[in-house]
Amino acid sequence: MTSVSDLDRAAAGRTGHVRPTRVSATGRSRKAPRKPGEERRSILRQGGDDKAPSPIVPARSIAGNALMLVIAIMGCLACLSVGAVTLVDRAASDWSADIGRELTIEVTTSDPSNVEARLEAAAALARVTPGIGSVDIIDEAETRALLEPWLGTLASETAISELPVPRLIALTVSDRSALDLAALQAGLDADAPGATVDDHRLWTDQMARMARAMVLGGLFILALVLSATILCVIFATRAAMAGNKDVVDVLHFVGASHAFIAGQFQRHFLMLGMRGGLIGGVAAIVIFLVFQVWVGARRGAAEAVQVEALIGSPALGLEGYAGCALVVFLIAFLTAATSRITVRRFLRGL
Amino acid sequence: MLVLENVGLRYDSGPEVLSDLSFAIEPRSFQYLTGPSGAGKTSMLKLMSLAMRPSRGVVTAFGKNTARSGSRDIPALRQRIGVVFQDFRLLDHLTTFENVALPLRVQGKSEASYAADVKELLRWVGLGERMYAMPPVLSGGEKQRAAIARAVIGQPDLLLADEPTGNVDPQLGRRLLRLFVELNKLGTSIVIATHDVLLMQQFQARRLVLHDRQVQIYD
Repeated sequence: MTSVSDLDRAAAGRTGHVRPTRVSATGRSRKAPRKPGEERRSILRQGGDDKAPSPIVPARSIAGNALMLVIAIMGCLACLSVGAVTLVDRAASDWSADIGRELTIEVTTSDPSNVEARLEAAAALARVTPGIGSVDIIDEAETRALLEPWLGTLASETAISELPVPRLIALTVSDRSALDLAALQAGLDADAPGATVDDHRLWTDQMARMARAMVLGGLFILALVLSATILCVIFATRAAMAGNKDVVDVLHFVGASHAFIAGQFQRHFLMLGMRGGLIGGVAAIVIFLVFQVWVGARRGAAEAVQVEALIGSPALGLEGYAGCALVVFLIAFLTAATSRITVRRFLRGL
Repeated sequence: MLVLENVGLRYDSGPEVLSDLSFAIEPRSFQYLTGPSGAGKTSMLKLMSLAMRPSRGVVTAFGKNTARSGSRDIPALRQRIGVVFQDFRLLDHLTTFENVALPLRVQGKSEASYAADVKELLRWVGLGERMYAMPPVLSGGEKQRAAIARAVIGQPDLLLADEPTGNVDPQLGRRLLRLFVELNKLGTSIVIATHDVLLMQQFQARRLVLHDRQVQIYD
């Protein structure tokens, strides 16, 4: 192997006219006396040395802004679905936990003669049942109040005993493990015929199924959004490859490996993915914060009450923010990895 | 160094543009590749620069059968071959310095390790004052010299040049030829594709003459 200096010496020795006039950076003739290494230092001080080398694939050759906007929108949608899933999941857990702490004994009123006696008998049995905390008989006035939203004034004008409405005893569970529902039901059958204990299992099971369905739906939307993002990046990478065919050709000729070429494209797409994902993630968080402020500002209004009744606090919480951050990184990673794989497949096809 | 045995080349399902090529490029050799326009000089250079695989036959580069080399091996072989394109193929968004340094950059070398050598070479080819100029503002001759500098900066074992004097005046053409001769004396094998008879008369060397899809060799 020869070095440039060897070439220089050879040219100086054999073909003086080949070598152009050599002037150092300071304008001094090369033949002027100098200390060893002086010229090299002056060369390294020249303009341009302290700059990072230009990217081999020019940033402007990649449909950057349009792709970043698409990634931002996708990121926003992905974060919204992650946030919604988090809220629903948490609300469902809260409902289940609340309901799981309560039991109800229903006493049928088909035989109205001894309702109060059966209520008392059932309540007495419940009070001595292990695992039961408080026992509270819902009296007629309370029962009427419960029915009023559905029956209107009819409920207050009509004696509750005239309606086939069961009477309720609200129980709270103090120790779930000590509670034997089958024994309680057997006791009720003996002491208060027509009384049934309801642990809301049907309701909680439906709730859990609905929550699971919503979580699955959210994850499905997330998968769709991420797939769409990947497809966009594939198209953008192919366009960038086509637009930079000259660059790819030259890189091939100077001995660049496929990994090196892919890396040149990947660095742009990683930055695009990071920026787009971050913009989308921040936008989604802002949307949740605006929603939260809206619910807070309209506290007491019918729509805000319904929202709170349904999902509790609309705040994303730590896991929601962590999910959004994860989505941002996932999108950046997917963007970079997709562009890398696309470039390598493209190069293998050449 | 580079051996072609019964090599044929066709594009897609078209007729063969090169047939039954069998010759070797020896280490430290100097040769012209010539022939009428359209005889296949550029195709031949593509084969020799490993940019294309032959439709048949065997190309052996630096002792390795290129047909058996995967996409991981070819870049290492290409790094030992410098190519000067007829249309220069400088990257317009990089400075002259960055264009010339490109082969070293793709080898993973840091700018600090090669900056001095690149600058020295640029001065040697007369582009010392144009280091930070972008190719679009360079003259044809300057682009040609930058393209040659890029091809030789990696100290290749084989240099392929496609009409390297086609865009420059006769005086600069002579200087560039001297440059190739000096490189050859320092150990690089040179293949210059040209149909410039005057150029070939200035420095007598082996000639590979392409005619009717085949090559004839005049030592």
